[in-house]
Amino acid sequence: MTVREVAEGLGLRVFAAEAASLDRPVLGGYCGDLLSCAMAGARSGQVWVTLQAHRNVVAVATLTDVACVIITEGAQPDPETVQTAERENVALLGSDRGSFAVVAGLIRLGVPA
Amino acid sequence: MSSSPGSVDTRSLLQDSDLTKAQELVYELVVRQVMTTPVVSVQPDQTMHELGEKLRAAGIAGAPVVEQGELIGIVSMNDLINALERGSRDDPVRQWMTIDILTVREDDSVIEAVKAFASRPVGRIPVVSAQGSLVGIVTGGDITRGLVRALDLDHRSDEVSHYRASHIFQDISSHDTSLTLRYTVSPRDFSHSGEASAKVKRALQRLGGRPEAVRRVAVACYEAEMNLVIHTDAGGEVLVEVRPDRVSITTTDAGPGISDIESALEAGFSTAPDWIRDLGFGAGMGLENIRRCSDEFSLRSEVGSGTKLVAVVYLGQGNRLGRAPRS
Ligand SMILES: Nc1ncnc2c1ncn2[C@@H]1O[C@H](COP(=O)(O)OP(=O)(O)O)[C@@H](O)[C@H]1O
Ligand SMILES: [Mg+2]
Repeated sequence: MTVREVAEGLGLRVFAAEAASLDRPVLGGYCGDLLSCAMAGARSGQVWVTLQAHRNVVAVATLTDVACVIITEGAQPDPETVQTAERENVALLGSDRGSFAVVAGLIRLGVPA
Repeated sequence: MSSSPGSVDTRSLLQDSDLTKAQELVYELVVRQVMTTPVVSVQPDQTMHELGEKLRAAGIAGAPVVEQGELIGIVSMNDLINALERGSRDDPVRQWMTIDILTVREDDSVIEAVKAFASRPVGRIPVVSAQGSLVGIVTGGDITRGLVRALDLDHRSDEVSHYRASHIFQDISSHDTSLTLRYTVSPRDFSHSGEASAKVKRALQRLGGRPEAVRRVAVACYEAEMNLVIHTDAGGEVLVEVRPDRVSITTTDAGPGISDIESALEAGFSTAPDWIRDLGFGAGMGLENIRRCSDEFSLRSEVGSGTKLVAVVYLGQGNRLGRAPRS
C-alpha cells in the first residue's frame, strides 16, 4: 500500500506531494492532535491522521519521517505550510471527514493497525 | 576508450586538491555509473575478419563474445592482429577469444574495476548484473570520464557530500573531537519552530547516524526547541555537540524560569495558554519525551534568571558518527 493508493482509495485532497513521496509504502498509522504525542508515537513510514493544519505539523512529520499526513475535518493548511511540505518532501493530504472515519477507511484499505 | 590498457591516470586531468576527492569517488561511484552501454558484442561463430569490420565500424579495440545471451569470452584487436598474421582471417572468433575472463558487477564500487585493471593487462572489462548477464563494458577511459563528471560540482550528488560528511572525524585526531551546531530560537515564532531540530536531524543522517539514534536526538531536540518557542520571554539558544559516540543537546534561555521543576517534569503538566494548546502544543509531554529519549538528562532553572536543559543521547554499540563503518 503506497501513499498514492491511500490517497486514491480514500479520495483525499493532495495539498503537497512530490512524486517520490507518493510512492512511499504506508506501514501503519498514528492518529492524534497533540504534537508531543505524535512526536513520541508516530513512526517512520506511518500515516499520521490529525486535524492540525499548521506549519509545525510539517516539522513533526519531517522529524518522525512519517510517510504522509492526512489533515481531517476539512482543515486547510496555509500556502506557507504547503510550500514547506513540498520543500521537505512531506506528502500532505486532506479529507473533509473526521479522523475516526479516515482511520476506519485506512483499516478497510488494509493499512496495518 | 583507453589506449593504454590498465592505466587509469586521472592526475593529468585534475587539480591536486581534486585528488583526494577523486580517491574517495573511486570508492563511492559504482561501475554502473561509469560503464558504457549498450555493449558492442560479437558471436563466437563470426569470423575474425567480421570481427575486424565490427571493431573498425564501432571504433573500439575489443568486444565481449556472447552466445545465446551468455558471456563466454572476450576478443581484442591484439587477437585479431595475431590471427591475421597467421592468415587465419576466416577462423571463428571462438578459436581466438580469451575464455578466462575478468568481469565486474554493475553494483561493484569503481575501485573493484581499478583493482581488476591492475591485476591484468586488459583494456576492457565486461560488466555483469547480479544475475550474471552482460550489461555493459568498462575501460580505463570510462573510469576517468566518470570521475571527472562526478567531480564537476554540477554533477556532485547528495550521496557524494553525504559520503564526505560521514568521514569528518576520521582523520581528525584529538582527545575529544566534537562538532558544534548552534541555533538561535525566537519566542512564539511558530512558522520557523522545529527548523533547528530538522537541521540537526539531517546533519546526523549525513554523519552516518542510525535511524533509531537519529530519531531519539530529533525528538529530544524538537521538544527542547519548542519549549524555548512556547515558554520563554525572549527565546533562547539550542547548542548541539556531536561526538562520534554521543550527541549532547543544551538549551539555554534567560527566563522566565521554572518555579516548580518537579511538577514541570510530570507527564501531562503544562502551563501553555489555550491559544497554544489549540495548535497542538502544551500536551505537557515534552520534558517526559526528552527524558525517555536521552541517556543523560538535567534541568536547572531559576525564576527570574532562566533555564538550562541538557540531554545526552548515546549512539549505541557499533554506531560511530563521522567515521566509515568497518565492513
Ligand atoms: N525553557 C523553559 N522556560 C520556562 N518554563 C519551561 C521551560 N521549559 C519547560 N517549561 C515549563 O515546563 C512545563 C512542562 O514542559 P513540557 O513537558 O515540555 O510540556 P509543554 O511544553 O507541553 O507544556 C511547561 O508547561 C512550562 O511550564
Ligand atoms: Mg514542551
